[in-house]
Amino acid sequence: MQAEIFDAAEEARNLVAGRTDLGAVVSFVGLCRDEGAGLAALEIEHYPGMAEAEIARVVMEAEARWRGVRATAIHRYGSFAPGEPIVLVVTAAAHRGEAFAAAEMLMDYLKTRAPFWKRVRYLDGSQGGWVEAKSHDDNSAARWDAGASKK
Amino acid sequence: MKAVYFAWVRERIGKAEEELDPPNNVSTVGDLIAWMSTRGEGYAYAFEKASIIRAAIDRSHVKHDAKIAGAREVAFFPPMTGG
Repeated sequence: MQAEIFDAAEEARNLVAGRTDLGAVVSFVGLCRDEGAGLAALEIEHYPGMAEAEIARVVMEAEARWRGVRATAIHRYGSFAPGEPIVLVVTAAAHRGEAFAAAEMLMDYLKTRAPFWKRVRYLDGSQGGWVEAKSHDDNSAARWDAGASKK
Repeated sequence: MKAVYFAWVRERIGKAEEELDPPNNVSTVGDLIAWMSTRGEGYAYAFEKASIIRAAIDRSHVKHDAKIAGAREVAFFPPMTGG
C-alpha cells in the first residue's frame, strides 16, 4: 500500500527472483477509468493500518489456496487522473492456470475486503460523491469463499 | 474505546475519530450502532441504513453480532470500493 506509483515489471522480477520452478507470471494492473462523464480524478481514501493488514491476509489466502503460488499486491491511495494505475496484482506459479486464478481471486478479494473508498471529482470542479459498491463484485468474491467449489 | 470512521460515514458524523464510552448494555457492534444512532443527527444519518454499514474491530472485519468487549479500536465504514 503506497501513494507512489509502482513498477509492475520490477515487482514481477522480484517475485520470481532466484526461482527456476515457476513457469507462469500474471500481472494485473487496475487503472483509473473515465466512464465518459468528464472525470477529473478518483480520490481514494483508505484505513491506515487495516489496509496493509487486509492486503497481507488476502495474499496469504491466495498462497494458501494454491500450493506453490507466490503473490504480490500493491494498492495506491490518493488522487488519480484517468489512465493512472491504482492497483497491482502479480502472481507466479508453476503453471498458468493457477497464476491466472490466483490473480483473479486476489482482485475479487481486494475489491470487497481491502478498506479503500473511491470518490469522484469532475472536470468542472464538482464532487460526484462516493462510488457505490457493486453487488457483482460481492458475487465474484463469493466464488472463492470457503465452501465454494475449488478449482 | 476509540472509534474511527471512513468515507461517507466519517462525513455524516462530522469527525474522523473519537473516544466512546458506551453504557454496559451495549455488548455487540450492532448494539453500538443502535446506541450511536441516538447520539445526534449526524450519527442517525450515518447509520440510517444500519445493515449496509461495515465494521472492523482492531483492524479486522467483523459482523454486527461481534462482541465489543476488549476492543481497542472499532471502525465503521461503507462497503469498500477499492481495486
